[in-house]
Formats: sequence, C-alpha cells, structure tokens
Amino acid sequence: MNFQGVRAIYTFEMARFFRTLLQSFLSPVISTSLYFVVFGTALASRIETVDGIEYAAFIVPGLIMLTVMTQSIANASFGIYFPKFIGTVYELFSAPVNFLEIVVGYVGAAATKSLIIGLIILATAFLFVDLDIQHPMAMLCFLVLTCLSFSLLGFIIGIWAGNFEQLNLVPLLVVTPLVFLGGSFYSISMLPQIWQTVSLFNPVVYLISGFRWAFFGQADVSIGLSLGAIGLFTLGCMTFIWWIFKTGWRIRS
Amino acid sequence: MTGIVSVQNLRKTYPGGLHALKGINLEIEEGEILALLGPNGAGKTTLISTICGISKITEGKITVGGMDIVTEYRKARSMIGLVPQEITLEPFETVINSVRFSRGLFGKPKNEAYLDQVLESLSLLDKKDARVITLSGGMKRRVLIAKALSHEPRVLFLDEPTAGVDVELRKDMWNTVRKLKQQGVTIILTTHYIEEAEAIADRIGVINGGEILLVEDKNALMARMGKKKIRIDLMEAANKIPNKLKSYDLDLAKDGKALTYTYDTKSERTGITGLLNDLQAAGMQMRDVQTQQSSLEDIFVGLVQESST
Repeated sequence: MNFQGVRAIYTFEMARFFRTLLQSFLSPVISTSLYFVVFGTALASRIETVDGIEYAAFIVPGLIMLTVMTQSIANASFGIYFPKFIGTVYELFSAPVNFLEIVVGYVGAAATKSLIIGLIILATAFLFVDLDIQHPMAMLCFLVLTCLSFSLLGFIIGIWAGNFEQLNLVPLLVVTPLVFLGGSFYSISMLPQIWQTVSLFNPVVYLISGFRWAFFGQADVSIGLSLGAIGLFTLGCMTFIWWIFKTGWRIRS
Repeated sequence: MTGIVSVQNLRKTYPGGLHALKGINLEIEEGEILALLGPNGAGKTTLISTICGISKITEGKITVGGMDIVTEYRKARSMIGLVPQEITLEPFETVINSVRFSRGLFGKPKNEAYLDQVLESLSLLDKKDARVITLSGGMKRRVLIAKALSHEPRVLFLDEPTAGVDVELRKDMWNTVRKLKQQGVTIILTTHYIEEAEAIADRIGVINGGEILLVEDKNALMARMGKKKIRIDLMEAANKIPNKLKSYDLDLAKDGKALTYTYDTKSERTGITGLLNDLQAAGMQMRDVQTQQSSLEDIFVGLVQESST
C-alpha cells in the first residue's frame, strides 16, 4: 500500500478546496440560508408542523442531505475529471499507485469536503431554528455514509464523463430531481397514495428519511430500511468501481 | 547483461486495430543518453507510454532495473520519471505543491531540501511559490522536469522536451539534460530534431512505423553511415564533366565552377588520389578543395525512406 501516494492525492485535492475557500463554503451556506428564509419562513406560515415537528426544523435534515449529495457528486466528479481534462492524469497512471489508492485519495478528499460543508450547514441551521438532535451519533454516521457513497458515485461520473457537458448531465438530470423529490422539503406521507408508492422507488427517500430519524426519532420509512438502502447503494458504487478497475474502462488504453 | 530498461518483443495494438509497435527490442544502458529519433506517428510516444505504464502491453515484456513493469509495477515505476510531451500542469497550484504532489504520489517521504535542490538545478527556486499559470512556457516545461525528478528516479523519459521551444531554451534544455547525466540519471529522450540527437545523445535509436530500424553509438553510426563529399572549386568553368572523369561519382555545379565528389569513408579505396590525378590529366586546375561530412539528418532521411519503401 502506497500511503504516501494516497496522502499526496488527498492533500492536493484538499488544497484545491481551501484555495477556492470562498466558493467552496460560501455558496452552499448562502443557498441553504436562502432555502431557510424562503421555505422555512414563507411556507412555515402555511405548514406549521409535519408529523408534529415544526416545519422550519423539519426541513433541516433534508436541506443538509440535498447539499451534501450534490456537493459530494460535484467535488468527486470534478476532482477526477479535471486531471483528465488538463492531461495531468498521466502522472496517476505512471505512478506506483493502484486504482484503489487513487479512489481512496480522491473519494476521501471529496467526502471530507462535503462533510465539512454539511456540518457548516448544520451550524447555520442552529441560527434559524431550535434543534434538538435525538441520535447525534446516528446522525453523524448517516452523514459520513452519504458523503462517501455519493462521492463514490461522483467519482464514477467523473471517470465516465468525456466532456464538461456530460459531467453536469447526470447530476442535473438524475440526481437533482431524485434529491428534490426524495422528501427534502416534505414528508412523503403528505403525498397522494400513488405518489407515495412511486417515491418508494427513489433511493434518496431512504437516505433522507434515515437522516431525519436521527434528528427527530421518527421517519417515513424504518431506520433499518434506510440503513439497508444506503448500504446497498454504497456497495453498488464500490462494485462498479471495482469493475472499472478490472477492465480499465475509460481510463487506460 | 540486460540494461536498466529492457524491452523484449513489445507489441502494442490499439483497440481500433492500429499496430503502433511491431515487436520492439531495446536495451538501455545505465547512465547513457539515448535519443529515439523518428518522424511524427512513428511510435515514439507509444513506446514511452508503455514503458511508463500509461498504456497497456499487448504482447512482450518490459523490465526496469530488473523489475517487470506489470507484476512488480510499484518497484519498477518508482524508478521512472516521465516528462510528457504536452505541458500538463494544474494551473492554479504553486510550483512547489505540484512537485510535492509528484514526490508523494511516487511513495517517497517528504524531503524539502532535495526538492529545493531540484528546483535550484532547474533555475526554478525563485518561482517556488509562484502559481503555475503565471509561468512562461519554458518554465512550465522545467516544472514538468522537476516533477519527474521529484522522487529521485534512476531513469528519466523526456518525450520531445524541446518541441516548440525556441533555440535559446533548447540549448538550456540540452545543458539540463547533460547535467542530469552527470548526476547518474539514465535519460531516454524522443525527438524529431536530428540536431538534438546529434548534440546530446550517446546512442541513437531510429524508429519508424512502430519498428526500431537501428540503435547504435552516435559516433559509430555517423562514421559507419557517413558519406563524405569533396567539393573542388575550379579555376575555369567547365561546361561538362570530361569523359575521362565519367567513372567517378561527380556532380558539376550549375555555373560549372565546382565539382562535387561523393565517396564512402568506410570503403577501402576512396578514389581521391585517382580523381585528383585524373583531374590534372584532364587539364582542369583547382582553386580550392573542401570536404564535408554528411550530417545525421542525411542518414536519418535515408533510413526512414528506405524503411517506408
């Protein structure tokens, strides 16, 4: 195992993050604050509580998940796509590192970034609402797992993408709709029966639901199901990456 | 004995069916500068990419320092530094961070003193904390070399280090390469500038169409392949070559004032004495005589043309 190599990738990627500190931190914080203002304040006058939870507080887990998922994908996909785009990827392939080490370095850095952002948003949320987190450890576990699994997904997208358009295509057409329709801003029990059933095919529902359970001790689906879903999702991404490693898909001629 | 880099029966076929390398055999000796000379598309970059692990081997075997580049890739690759043809650098990062990254990636622990020394030898020390994007083209190329040297490699590959570089910088680059050789680094460079191979290489390999046409000591190559010319300036212009001299390989200049005689230095008789005697007998008076050694360029063009016909 080339630990120095993994550390080099991780440090280099984190440096990119801190170099663009303002953009990295400020933009998710500002957009989340806007969500709080618009949804939390405007809608809260109409929807006072969801399942007995104050609406402004109810949307906190969903908002964190929304940002963490999109940021994980954006960071991880860009992290590996950019070296491909500018050509510096030759160095990775000529270095004594294996694919697993490359994945650990890039995905680890991307997941760290989105974890930091997630925690900052949580801190911001405390400015707007009173929050009492029921299961803090479970909350943290869910957050870390989500950061990791979506960074893995982002890494795959970054390997797959042949240009910047494709890089944005999957997040735009698949991930963002799934996240928005995954119950970030509402409980799926508020939907008509048919849409409740449809929602159960959306994997993001289980993640947001599980995360919300960690906050409030209650959720749309059971916590076990949520854990199973995120475990399955992570496993799926890992299998796909293993396959990329075996076949050299899109990386080595 | 096998060289520090040993390539045996290497074939490379791209998925599209292109045979980029057709059975390459090459032994590179420790401490030498080997220039791989060939026209564009000859397979120079493919050969280097394959040795460095960027491109997969279709068939054959490569070892570096005795380590197989596939089964013992970690040991093999940590001995290799690669300077790619294109300038590919993270534009917003500083010089020193880019170099640190490369060192770490190759599994070496931090050593700031060594990195400073590398930057110093490449005249980059004062640009250590500058962002890559602010550097000139020549400096960026030197940053690439610094990255390749960051992990103390024994073998350095330079893929067209002076392509698109002005004369001044090219000379600088040659000096850098010579300095590295003195430090004991084995250097393999590709080029399509014959002048470059002639100036710095110990041995020259000529590659075309995915095949190595020859690998030979530079001086021996030039002596072996070299043809010499004698140019004889005449006192009075001649309108044709006299019949007596027809048996010699002579060219008459357009103005008739000079004769050029081409001969082979390695043949037993150069025919110079005979020619000079016969010239006198033909009543031609000489004003001046000069000899010219044919350049590597002539040899190269000859070889490549031969191989493509």
